[in-house]
Amino acid sequence: MAHGPAKGFSRWLYTTNHKDIGSMYLWFSFAMFLLGGVFALVIRAELFEPGLQIVEPGFFNQMTTMHGLVMVFGAVMPAFVGLANWMIPMMVGAPDMALPRMNNWSFWILPFAFAMMVATLFMEGGGPNFGWTFYAPLSTTYAPPSVTFFIFAVHIMGASSIMGSINIIATILNMRAPGMTLMKMPLFVWTWLITAYLLIAVMPVLAGVVTMMLMDIHFGTSFFDAAGGGDPVLFQHVFWFFGHPEVYIMILPAFGIVSAIIPTFARKPLFGYSSMVYATASIAFLSFIVWAHHMFTVGLPIAGELFFMYATMLIAVPTGVKVFNWVTTMFKGSMTFETPMLFSIAFVILFTIGGFSGLMLAIAPADFQYHDTYFVVAHFHYVLVPGAIFSITAGVYYWLPKWCGNMYNETMGKVQFWLAFIGLNVTFFPMHFVGLAGMQRRVPDYNQFFADFNMISSMGAFLFGAAQLMLLYNVISTIVSGKKASDEVWEDPEGLEWTVPSPAPYHTFSTPPPIK
Amino acid sequence: MLITINRLKAWLFTPALLLLSNAQAIAQEAERSSINMPIGVTPVSQDVYGLHMTMFWWCVAIGVVVFGVMFYSMIVHRKSNGAKASNFHDSLGLEITWTVLPFVILIIMAIPATSSLVKLYDTSESEVDVVITGYQWYWGYEYLDQDVKFFSRLSTPQEQIYNQAPKGENYLLEVDEPLVIPINKKVRFLVTSNDVIHAWWVPDLAVKRDAIPGYINESWARVEKPGTYRGVCAELCGKDHGFMPVVVKAVEQDEYDTWLTERREAAAKIRELAKKTFSLEELMAQGEEVYNKACVACHGVNGEGGVGKAIAGSPIATGDIAAHIDIIVNGSKNNPLMAAYKETLSEVDTAAVITYQRNAFGNNKGDVVQPIDILKFKQGK
Amino acid sequence: MIKNFWKDNSTPVLCVKLGATVIGMFIFAIFIMPPLYTLFCDITGLNGKTGGQYNIETKKGVDSFGVDTSREIKVQFIATNNETMPWEFKPIDKTVIVHPGEATVIKYYAHNPTDRAMIGQAVPSVVPYKAAGYFHKTECFCFNSQPLQAGESAELGLSFIVDIDIPKYVKTITLSYTLFDITGNSEENKISQNTVVPEVLQLVSIN
Repeated sequence: MAHGPAKGFSRWLYTTNHKDIGSMYLWFSFAMFLLGGVFALVIRAELFEPGLQIVEPGFFNQMTTMHGLVMVFGAVMPAFVGLANWMIPMMVGAPDMALPRMNNWSFWILPFAFAMMVATLFMEGGGPNFGWTFYAPLSTTYAPPSVTFFIFAVHIMGASSIMGSINIIATILNMRAPGMTLMKMPLFVWTWLITAYLLIAVMPVLAGVVTMMLMDIHFGTSFFDAAGGGDPVLFQHVFWFFGHPEVYIMILPAFGIVSAIIPTFARKPLFGYSSMVYATASIAFLSFIVWAHHMFTVGLPIAGELFFMYATMLIAVPTGVKVFNWVTTMFKGSMTFETPMLFSIAFVILFTIGGFSGLMLAIAPADFQYHDTYFVVAHFHYVLVPGAIFSITAGVYYWLPKWCGNMYNETMGKVQFWLAFIGLNVTFFPMHFVGLAGMQRRVPDYNQFFADFNMISSMGAFLFGAAQLMLLYNVISTIVSGKKASDEVWEDPEGLEWTVPSPAPYHTFSTPPPIK
Repeated sequence: MLITINRLKAWLFTPALLLLSNAQAIAQEAERSSINMPIGVTPVSQDVYGLHMTMFWWCVAIGVVVFGVMFYSMIVHRKSNGAKASNFHDSLGLEITWTVLPFVILIIMAIPATSSLVKLYDTSESEVDVVITGYQWYWGYEYLDQDVKFFSRLSTPQEQIYNQAPKGENYLLEVDEPLVIPINKKVRFLVTSNDVIHAWWVPDLAVKRDAIPGYINESWARVEKPGTYRGVCAELCGKDHGFMPVVVKAVEQDEYDTWLTERREAAAKIRELAKKTFSLEELMAQGEEVYNKACVACHGVNGEGGVGKAIAGSPIATGDIAAHIDIIVNGSKNNPLMAAYKETLSEVDTAAVITYQRNAFGNNKGDVVQPIDILKFKQGK
Repeated sequence: MIKNFWKDNSTPVLCVKLGATVIGMFIFAIFIMPPLYTLFCDITGLNGKTGGQYNIETKKGVDSFGVDTSREIKVQFIATNNETMPWEFKPIDKTVIVHPGEATVIKYYAHNPTDRAMIGQAVPSVVPYKAAGYFHKTECFCFNSQPLQAGESAELGLSFIVDIDIPKYVKTITLSYTLFDITGNSEENKISQNTVVPEVLQLVSIN
């Protein structure tokens, strides 16, 4: 049956092919990215000026919540899973994922989860309005009735992620071509292996925390209700025990993508491959013992506060090692600046800036001033937008010629990069200032004192939104009418994926490739 | 709109203005900086500010080195310059250096942070204790052992929020009754909540504490300079999270003592008034005022309803008086948005607003509810 | 046809292991983390969970009743009503000065102004956290839920001992009670059938 795909819609519905499923994941995540972007633009439009103009505060809270949930669970995570589906079997010399049928299933439950979640916006009482961190009791006793649908949606997303990770681990551990030892694997595979283990460890905790909410709401337990002997602070501990590894889940695969792209365009092997692997593993380990740095103001005993402060500061060490390695990879290379490289360099710079503000936030006494202000918003957008979004975009430009066989238009790619880069900085840099000056998060209105920077942010946000539409245009026009790409695409790139023809045939590596 | 366009113009055509205005802001130390953390007026806040700036300069220094090397190689080691790629890809020495060096820097950073934190946590030997309770969406303050207790709500009028009136200087940062504390005294804040999680934050005091239901949290401040310091609720607490500011007025000890006495006298007067009998006109006038403060946001200017049900012709406002008193004093049993006003409205205000609702908006019931009725109701008689 | 070229195919075993990890973490989140958190609170005093059984010890500077008369500790009492709770609830004794090791009794006042029987549950919280483990309640109305009939009032007793081992720098302890309305969630039948309120009366008489 080594022939091409079936025809029509049933090809996509029944497919077990990793490339088809990878493409579906990527398109789905892009759709979610645009949806989450629309929510963000509603927020920014309301914040363009002081006063309430466009939406009511209640709806504004639904927008901030849905923006966070859709971006985290709908845009970033599925995009990485999509890239993993496409690239991991090709990178390790496997014919497909280890569990192709489960692969199909883990994708197809996602649209239902998000349909359910977005549908809550149209229900009586509105959608989730308690922030993406859904702190109890705001999300239990005081939640709108639609919270039950939100809980089920989170359960389904969790199931999808868990199935995806089991599949990825099984593929990496059992399906490598003979001779592909662990320490020969590309870094993208390594970072995904570690990410998948993180997912296996923490997605059940997320499922657990929403299950506890469900039981509190409907079955009379009181995990998070002080009246019945529970504790609302327990919610935050459990949530952030999931939540902190989760933010690394959204950044580790990005490290892998950038570690593939920078050597290609610096024409020099990645500096410190093994230290990169160890650094990734230590970041993953540290992510389990820093969760309470999100909770410095809830009232922890001082010993706890100090422990979490020191542990959090420690994360700067392996993260620093990574940044230094990328910079040294560029040093004395022979660099060219195609679109994927531009996005990767922007990633390194902006992610480092986000890391700096992260280090500042780790200092507990100062965090009492930063916590829950726009400074935090600026920090995590500097980490996640360049971190996740830029690296995914870089990956798309880098591998798109391999996927569809056509080369994108370099000029258009560069224009898109500069639009996105300027848009991002104009949007998020001023947020540092308003946050330090005293503007709190998640508010629809503010004093005129913060007006100027908010207006700049809003204008940047619309520019950034436009840049994403251009990405869509670039991708479609490449697929439809791009010039034919060569099999190698770039100048002597590293990796098995470049040894197959462009576009990559429907089935690759039916016999194991030789490994150098 | 004109202001918007002017502001837009300013930003589009003269970006240099930004630097200029910030430079000015920093130059005038008395002014609030629009780009940086306030230095604040307590020893802790000054400590935190110092820590923040130290961290910032460390980050700048590291950034200069890392980005310097990066931009150097991006400019020099580019293919279009004819750079040939080397092939080195490992150096144990370098790896160890850039693992150990950051570690040492982190230890240097951690030392002052630890000592600041210890100071921040030392709540012992306070001279004034204030219990702060978060409500959806206002604050309650109670002075322990002083018999003074009151609520503090946003005082910005709805018209300003909905852009029907020009915004005042302290838009969204002003309250009807600020928290008053004496200067140069250790004031301990005991923070708790009545419903969801809030966070009491005043940047100038460097105090931010979560208010958690069923849980008590403490923090402290010793304000060194008299003045009015403004803050906000920092933890998402529902619809009006952005509309529950904190205002702290720090005054000299004498002034504080006078204020306490006045508060106690005012409270006694309210208790006294609760036993007095008022005329319909007096109650209607007072009731209209209370209605516009407490009810208008949900029930509309003409009692036509909105978020809440209509008052005009409503079965409650035209029906049984006891049920009407009950829903205002204890809140609605079916709809959590209709809060209990037992604690937040005095007996006189409650009686006045009920009288007003039963006679205004064409309800014209002619009923007069006296404060004593409310008092009796509250005492369950 | 895709050939099964990878030897040693242990995928099913791996999947079972990973699946077991998933289930294990789920169980960990629901059944292990809450008790672990409670334990953590007991140790650190976080959450204001107060200390357990108190044994009178004879130590230096302590009289024959185990009271350290050389030190005085101010204990403050606070009452907060949760949103849906219409009761009047306040400490009768707002502040007391005690010696470590000395058994003290104070009272709270509760009144149900509504026209229906209700049940309240008081949840304690102590600051500073460091002191929580040294604050021992021997009798407390917060140990049980409090039913009150319509219009009824009660004095709720609390007796406590501050541990003589309490660190020297603790000079003030603040104890807060938040009163929650649990009428809806607990045995509704019980109040309707049982019109007297023996527990409260007993508790007050003990003290």
